[in-house]
Amino acid sequence: MKSFAYLKPETTVAAADLFSEHNDAKILAGGMTLLPTMKQGLAAPAAIIDLSAVAALREIAFEEGALVIGAMARHYDVAASVLVQTHIPGLALLAGQIGDPQVRHRGTIGGSVANNDPAADYPAAILALDATVVTTRRTVAAAAFFVDMFETALEPGEIVTGFRIPVPEMAAYAKFRSPASRYAIVGVFVAQTAGKVRVAVTGAASSVFRALDVEAALQERFDPDALNRVSMDPSGLNSDIHADRDYRANLVMVMARRAVSAALQNAGQGATKGQ
Amino acid sequence: MKMSKVVAIGASPKRKEDLRFVTGRGNYVADIKRPGMVFGAFLRSPHAHALLGAIDATAARAMPGVVAIYTGEDLKADNVGGLPVGWGIHGKDGNPMKEPPHPPIAHGKVRHVGDAVAFVVAQSVEQARSALEAIEVQYEVLPAVVGVVEALQAGAPTVHDEIPDNLCCDWELGDAAAVEAAFTAAAHVASIELVNNRLIGNPMEPRAAIGEYDFATGQHTLWTTSQFPHVVRFLMGEFVLHIPQHKLRVVAPDVGGGFGVKQFHYAEEAVVTWAAAKLGLPVKWVCERSEGFISDAHGRDHFTEAELALDESGKFLGLRVRTLANMGGYLSTFGPNIPTNLYAPLLSGVYRMPAIHCSVNVVFTNTVPVDAYRGAGRPEATFVLERLVDVAAIEMGIDKRAIRRRNMIPTEAYPYQTPVIVEYDSGDPLGCLDRAEKLADVEGFEQRRLESARRGRYRGLGLSTYVEACGLAPSRLAGSLGARGGLYESATVRVHPTGAVTVLIGTHNHGQGHETTFAQIVSDRLGVPFEDIDIVCGDTAKVQFGMGTYGSRSLVVGGAALSKAADKVILKGRKIAAHQLEADLGDIVFHAGEFSVAGTDRKKKFTEIAGAAYVPFDYPLETLEPGLEEQSFYDPVNFTYPGGAHFAEVEIDPDTGTVTLERYTAVDDVGTIINPMIVEGQLQGGIAQGVGQALFEHGVYDESSGQLLSGSFMDYCMPRADNFPSIVVAPHSTTCTHTPMGVKGCGECGTIGSPAAVINAVVDALQPLGITHVDMPATPNRIWNIIRNSRAALAAE
Repeated sequence: MKSFAYLKPETTVAAADLFSEHNDAKILAGGMTLLPTMKQGLAAPAAIIDLSAVAALREIAFEEGALVIGAMARHYDVAASVLVQTHIPGLALLAGQIGDPQVRHRGTIGGSVANNDPAADYPAAILALDATVVTTRRTVAAAAFFVDMFETALEPGEIVTGFRIPVPEMAAYAKFRSPASRYAIVGVFVAQTAGKVRVAVTGAASSVFRALDVEAALQERFDPDALNRVSMDPSGLNSDIHADRDYRANLVMVMARRAVSAALQNAGQGATKGQ
Repeated sequence: MKMSKVVAIGASPKRKEDLRFVTGRGNYVADIKRPGMVFGAFLRSPHAHALLGAIDATAARAMPGVVAIYTGEDLKADNVGGLPVGWGIHGKDGNPMKEPPHPPIAHGKVRHVGDAVAFVVAQSVEQARSALEAIEVQYEVLPAVVGVVEALQAGAPTVHDEIPDNLCCDWELGDAAAVEAAFTAAAHVASIELVNNRLIGNPMEPRAAIGEYDFATGQHTLWTTSQFPHVVRFLMGEFVLHIPQHKLRVVAPDVGGGFGVKQFHYAEEAVVTWAAAKLGLPVKWVCERSEGFISDAHGRDHFTEAELALDESGKFLGLRVRTLANMGGYLSTFGPNIPTNLYAPLLSGVYRMPAIHCSVNVVFTNTVPVDAYRGAGRPEATFVLERLVDVAAIEMGIDKRAIRRRNMIPTEAYPYQTPVIVEYDSGDPLGCLDRAEKLADVEGFEQRRLESARRGRYRGLGLSTYVEACGLAPSRLAGSLGARGGLYESATVRVHPTGAVTVLIGTHNHGQGHETTFAQIVSDRLGVPFEDIDIVCGDTAKVQFGMGTYGSRSLVVGGAALSKAADKVILKGRKIAAHQLEADLGDIVFHAGEFSVAGTDRKKKFTEIAGAAYVPFDYPLETLEPGLEEQSFYDPVNFTYPGGAHFAEVEIDPDTGTVTLERYTAVDDVGTIINPMIVEGQLQGGIAQGVGQALFEHGVYDESSGQLLSGSFMDYCMPRADNFPSIVVAPHSTTCTHTPMGVKGCGECGTIGSPAAVINAVVDALQPLGITHVDMPATPNRIWNIIRNSRAALAAE
């Protein structure tokens, strides 16, 4: 690892200022991707701007029918949040399944979404839940945020500060982990928000995407069996030593069915709790 | 308060060494700091096969902190030799194997991704690594070949120009004519074609080495992560650096796991030792994990075709095996011995197999060298045989346990001479199978299978028996098979005047619990409190000699030397006691830590005799020397043959292809057990490694570029705790007839028995689909493809 300047601002404004003052600076959220990349010599930023002292970015709240989650909320914070568990249990479960306990206590939702790793879990949730990404400059709809592999709508110096996630009627995530890395080979987040079904797939392609055929079938009938006649086109999906294209296409459908079952189960439990 | 007491053979005290390990006080090579120490880093080839042109290090030399940069040409110019091979095999035609040079740093040509090209020494690791990036190397990239089948095809790229067919050796064992006759007479022939997947060992501690030179004494010292420091001293001193043995000290301090990966003499050891003498500065190199993937010797990597001939009742008549074994780009220390001498002699398994013939083509490719990895040849043999037996059972409609029982060697038939060199001294395979069958609740399996089926899952039960030849090795036999050195072991028992004991032993402890097991042997034999015994290993300046730890040999050969040295201490003690008690030597008996005159109450404690040994005021010096220190070199008369029966039970999710190991039961015959807790740990760890091979681990090269695709833990899947149920391990021991304590060894049992048990279970689970073989590792993608294709084929019928 090459040496670098380490900066630790206490506000997002200060962070943005530091970013513009330094050439070749990188924002550090949880560092779960950035630090290994630097260790391998694949990145060598001159300055690191660590957001961990920006306390305001850690908050999780419920406002006007939506969960508002700060970008620096760690996976553990989201998984353990009673607000998240109550309003979007599928999201809390997703957060609780990311990486291992060490990763969940360092990695953050903002870091994961801003990095847009093709195998990250959160982008599937943000896209399927039709969340709004809040940055230091604007708000961006999830549908417009994820561009391509490790590429988002963020401009240089623009920092994700949080997410506004409308509470869905039903939502759940199912993933199939790589036995080696434990990253998602395929992860499918299924949500029904204000009557509209959205299904987002991570791990399978160069970036998170919506499975429109799956959505259409579920829009008609939100049931795993509704997917029995739907298949995923393998062309365009990733193929590697762990999972070939056809296998990934199969996994998308298997995980979609499992997510739908889990969403129905989550909703049922929520209804029971509410009574 | 800690009670100091005798700990007997058969007890399970907590391991003596663990306190320092779990409290972070271990002393590993990477922890060692020498005055003025500088740091080395290797530039490694990014190409699998390339001609090496000019290397321009001008810019790198000018970088901050850079002390020196060396290339293969520098070593060559200084008369540094190639890395030697410790075992020379001969082909069918009687000719010796092809043994191309293996320079510590490549010159002329690189032969695998990771082949060392240059060595940078700098004031810090960071400076050394930065300088690597500034070295410019001209490569003329050549086509590469990584697969063992492809390497033998006409027109394949040539790894070594002087060996145009890439064939190191065309080796065979057994009676081809007898096998031919058996196949002619056979009522049924079962055949199989299989791959034994390439493995990358990944001990927890990566390799490391420090070289140092003392101008005052002319003494070289190498600290290294080695399983056999004395052998490194000999190989490196004699063949590579031409340093006289008395001027070279090799120290292997605490080592964090070996599994075979650390039982070879590696290039980096020679380079740091050489550079330290050149520079007059201690030079340290610590391997990074990803560097280890492309520079540690790999394991396995066979392609095999095998056939089993049976009569109409399912009795085995003969076995024919043809194996292609990948050696990688160079011969590693024991490379050619593993798929030959440690493989073919095990093909009889625990069965009466009247005729066996095995031919092995040992082949060069553009991959990292392949050598011994836990089990080393014996898991490969077991996998071939036990898969083939299952195939035969399925094809002939015979129960898989019944066909094995029909062919097993009954315990009363031991000693049993196989047709492939080895003679088993003792064993009870039927007893192991009976016990394992009960513990695995085989009777309840059908119920569990139906329960799985109700959930849409396939469930399978797999059985593997095995035998291993361990306790390497009787030197006479090893020598006749091409070993270039003896394979005995040595131990010194040094009794201090207070009765405390230091043992100096030539084996090496890197996770096996030797400090505990060996202390138990001494405590039991001499009646010395457990806490008063220290076991010293791993330093050629302290320990007389040793061949090290591998091949399940430490207890079997090292323990035997220790036992014999303890016997000598007792004999010397009896002489001293006879003098002190004024009795005849023949009347002195030693029991429970006391020397006494038989039939009297006259006696001396061990501590009293130890004290007296060093205060010889009234000794008859012409017949009795002072001191109480004895040494033994033990050369085994035969291999030992642990064996057993393992049951694996798996469940398969057909939607994802995921195989889950649900139950695992192992009954093993390891002979006398010194410490049951340590044996259980060894077996469980070995089983976990074997399951790793069966379900997860796979060293994969890109066929065209020769790049290692599974070059990190992101892609190379190590087994993890959540992949395992509780493993049931139970002993069913017979006593070895020729080792001093009746021990057989247990270090590799688990790894040898488990791959076949797991794959047999996977195939059993998929039986409804007509599957007869699944290659390792049985990954989700592979299983899903098999299920999909079989279902499609069944639907088409």
